Amino acid sequence: MELTTYLFYFLAAIMVLAGLRVITARNPVHAVLWLVLAFFTTGALWILLRAEFLAIALIMVYVGAVMVLFLFVVMMLDINIERLRQGFWSYLPLGATIGLLMVVEMSMVLAGRYFGLSVLPEPAASPAGYSNTKELGRLLFTDYVYPFELASVILLVAIIAAVVLTLRRRKDTKYQKPSEQIAVKRNDRLRIVTMASETDPPTEAAVPANEQGGK
Amino acid sequence: MNNFVSPDLYPAAPEIFLLAMACGILLIDLFLTQSRRWITAALTHATLIGCALITIFTFNDQVVLTFSNMFVDDALSDVLKLLVYGSVAVMLVYTRGYLRDRGLDKGEFYLLVLFATLGMMVMISAAHFLTLYLGLELLSLSLYALVALDRDSPRATEAAMKYFVLGALASGLLLYGMSMLYGATGTLEIGGVAQALYHGSAVGTVMIFGLVFVVAGIAFKLGAVPFHMWIPDVYHGAPTAITLFIGSAPKLAAFAMAMRLLVYGMFDLAEQWQTMLMIMAVLSIAVGNLAAIAQTNIKRMLAYSAISHMGFMLLGLMSGVAGERPDPSMVVNAYSSAFYYTVAYVLMSLGSFGVILLLSRVGYEAENLEDFKGLNKRSPWFAFIMMVLMFSMAGVPFFVGFFAKFSVLLAAIGAGYLWVAIVAVMFSLVGAFYYLRIVKLMYFDAPTDAAPIVASMDMRVLLSVNGLAVALLGIFPQGIMALCTQTLMRSL
Repeated sequence: MELTTYLFYFLAAIMVLAGLRVITARNPVHAVLWLVLAFFTTGALWILLRAEFLAIALIMVYVGAVMVLFLFVVMMLDINIERLRQGFWSYLPLGATIGLLMVVEMSMVLAGRYFGLSVLPEPAASPAGYSNTKELGRLLFTDYVYPFELASVILLVAIIAAVVLTLRRRKDTKYQKPSEQIAVKRNDRLRIVTMASETDPPTEAAVPANEQGGK
Repeated sequence: MNNFVSPDLYPAAPEIFLLAMACGILLIDLFLTQSRRWITAALTHATLIGCALITIFTFNDQVVLTFSNMFVDDALSDVLKLLVYGSVAVMLVYTRGYLRDRGLDKGEFYLLVLFATLGMMVMISAAHFLTLYLGLELLSLSLYALVALDRDSPRATEAAMKYFVLGALASGLLLYGMSMLYGATGTLEIGGVAQALYHGSAVGTVMIFGLVFVVAGIAFKLGAVPFHMWIPDVYHGAPTAITLFIGSAPKLAAFAMAMRLLVYGMFDLAEQWQTMLMIMAVLSIAVGNLAAIAQTNIKRMLAYSAISHMGFMLLGLMSGVAGERPDPSMVVNAYSSAFYYTVAYVLMSLGSFGVILLLSRVGYEAENLEDFKGLNKRSPWFAFIMMVLMFSMAGVPFFVGFFAKFSVLLAAIGAGYLWVAIVAVMFSLVGAFYYLRIVKLMYFDAPTDAAPIVASMDMRVLLSVNGLAVALLGIFPQGIMALCTQTLMRSL
């Protein structure tokens, strides 16, 4: 076996392990970190397949941006792990049976008979000076320009949806607006009322001023 | 390498126009105050009318492919798009008052509706798995946000969450199925998959494996049993205006998706997917009609009724091929009956949710069955319209729903599924109970609520036209039936 074969099995084993730990880790923060590892090894596997651009994009976009954001969100949320695990054991037998059945059925179809190395033709070797990145760019802006534009529209919808769902004044917040506070005028806060001078004994003068405001 | 020809944009003119207008409205809406929101609404209507005009004037009989065979413009896509514009425009008229009363009349509502419409158009015109999927996501993403539009309602937020999680799962299933089809045929083009199947170069087992997942994805979008779980919760939890939207135009897009994937893409596997659709159709009709009886909330009841109606629609889709050699006239008959059923259902769904919206007012939702008590005393005309709609949904003769049911049942019997047709008729008799219960509440019970019905004139007129259309199209069903048949004959 060549070095790349060893490398493939090594990376694949790490990836499967990391993937398993994502769903078994007790702490959500650990799960996110395992997912980062899974992405890294996926990127490495793609480099083995000579898809350098995709590998780097995966690491930059997913690990660099998406997962870091994810980590922030997971750390900010107060997730009660015990409550999440409620009912885990009672659902396990049914879930495990169905899952196992599906895995068996799927592996019967997918296990090598139709997609094995012996069935599929070997991909043609790329010519010298072939650039994966350049080829991707060419396809994206020629043959795949329609899906590319659609994807951008979906991102625009995501922006609009995020704004409409989060930009609102909550009924229960009591925050202050500094801009309104400094722009306040005397007339907004203070009301001067004219009233007749009081000559009665002091006990009657203690009536609040606003009750006599209209005079 | 540089043999790329720049795509012909002409067939996609409605989509391009809608996108440009949506971006324009996005900017204009920023400068409008709440009291001038009618400008956004008017521009949205203008966009839909513009799209309709473009679609009509660019209509031709040929099947035109563009964007490297990713976009198809045929008679089916044009007719479906026109129906989508129509139902979205009617929806906007019905919902305006409701949204204004509840402070949901934001500019974003119109934008999300426009983008959802764009998603539906992309799905309708998809000739490639990738564009079909992207159109579906564009539609779904807009719908998730619309369901959650009322942020102060915990029920709406919960419904949106459920819809989002289950929708993401269904998208995953669909994508997985598409990846298998790609593995078996080596192409993502719907026409290419059909070619590979026809020439027998595709691996059978893998194709069927992929087909199962694709059918599951379609069933989720249609809301057929056993992928129906989201329908009652989302219909119930979403603001009624959004329920009206979800229950109308997206059904047309889901029909288009089923047509494109199953009929156009995998016609040679018809025997396989017809069996799957048959199981789902029988289960949907049974579960939908039985569960609807137990509901006290009319939105939930109509949700279960939607499930059973989609079951009936599947009866048409599953009856295209019987025996070894497909008979062209039978194929057209079956699919046009499913098409007709979808159109009839959208018409009835618009009307019945429209009546719910009509009865709602500030701080009051007419969503319980009791709220319909004695409607005849409060407004005889709209009680009559609601009665027409309920009779039509139940399949009482000489309303549009009756002919829709009749044509799908004929198609099913023609394909040799006599027992399925008998089961469907039995369950639709069971279903007649809950539709007629509303008629009984409206006409024979004393009203519990004496408030006058307030609605704008345009809504009253349109709702009356909608109800009368359900009655008149039942008396003269040939027009739409011929339209469906002609459309399919030209595009199959």
